[in-house]
Amino acid sequence: MSEVERLLRTALAPVEPASEFRDRLEARLEEVEQRLTELTDAAADELAEWEVSSMSDPRNWGRPVAAAAALGVAGASLVALRARQQHRRRDAGAVDALERSARDVADQVRKRFR
Amino acid sequence: MEETPSKVTLDRDFTELYKAHLRDVYSYSYYRIGNHHDAEDITEQTFLQAYRHFERAQRESNGRPLRPWLIRIAHNLAANYHRDRSRRPQTHLEDAGVLSAPHATADLAEGREELKHVLEGVANLPDDRRDALVMRFALDMSNKEIARALGRSEGATKVLIHRAIKQLEQALVLERGDE
Repeated sequence: MSEVERLLRTALAPVEPASEFRDRLEARLEEVEQRLTELTDAAADELAEWEVSSMSDPRNWGRPVAAAAALGVAGASLVALRARQQHRRRDAGAVDALERSARDVADQVRKRFR
Repeated sequence: MEETPSKVTLDRDFTELYKAHLRDVYSYSYYRIGNHHDAEDITEQTFLQAYRHFERAQRESNGRPLRPWLIRIAHNLAANYHRDRSRRPQTHLEDAGVLSAPHATADLAEGREELKHVLEGVANLPDDRRDALVMRFALDMSNKEIARALGRSEGATKVLIHRAIKQLEQALVLERGDE
């Protein structure tokens, strides 16, 4: 280690955050986590209630069927598009492309049903 | 298809990440900004932003450590801070970690002066060189980690650090010559 590197290591010693700040930040993060948990739970309950009530009425069957069909078409197009894009890139294999596409489709499906 | 981790698992993983790297994020923010108040603000914003995007980052990391990603968030926030205020960072020796380093009493005054010159030299380096030195020496990051944090290749990062050290060395030699 050169002289300058030795000086740098001393001059740029790690700095510990103040304990008051640490406590404040942890409380803030907990609050955010808690709020998100409540929102997620509320959304899940709402979705479950909606599913049960709407599925008992045949007039409501059309919407989810149409949504599923649209998602299927969108998903297939996305897979094809991604596979083509990935094919152009020599460094990425087709398996990666399909995996990524499948993940994208899964995300889309999750977003639709949230 | 990968299974999405539950929120409980994500929160637990995030807490571990936070505990492991709070000091790193704070140290980086402090040396980039130069005062504790704004370093605390940048650190808080970094973790809040990280929390929002944690699931995706974890999924896309393929098991690689998330420290470079975290430091990159702090890096971008610090860049915004400087852009908004259009001023250079000021590092105050009295506040920096140098005081916590053990020194023999007789060498203290001279050592402090030397370290002050080093910090001033670091602050006067071009942004990318200064950032790389902070990551290397304050956070003890490897070339690979620094490369990921700065969005560069490992080779380019190695050259960047080498040039930063050389530039600083020359600046210190010049300064000693002036005294």
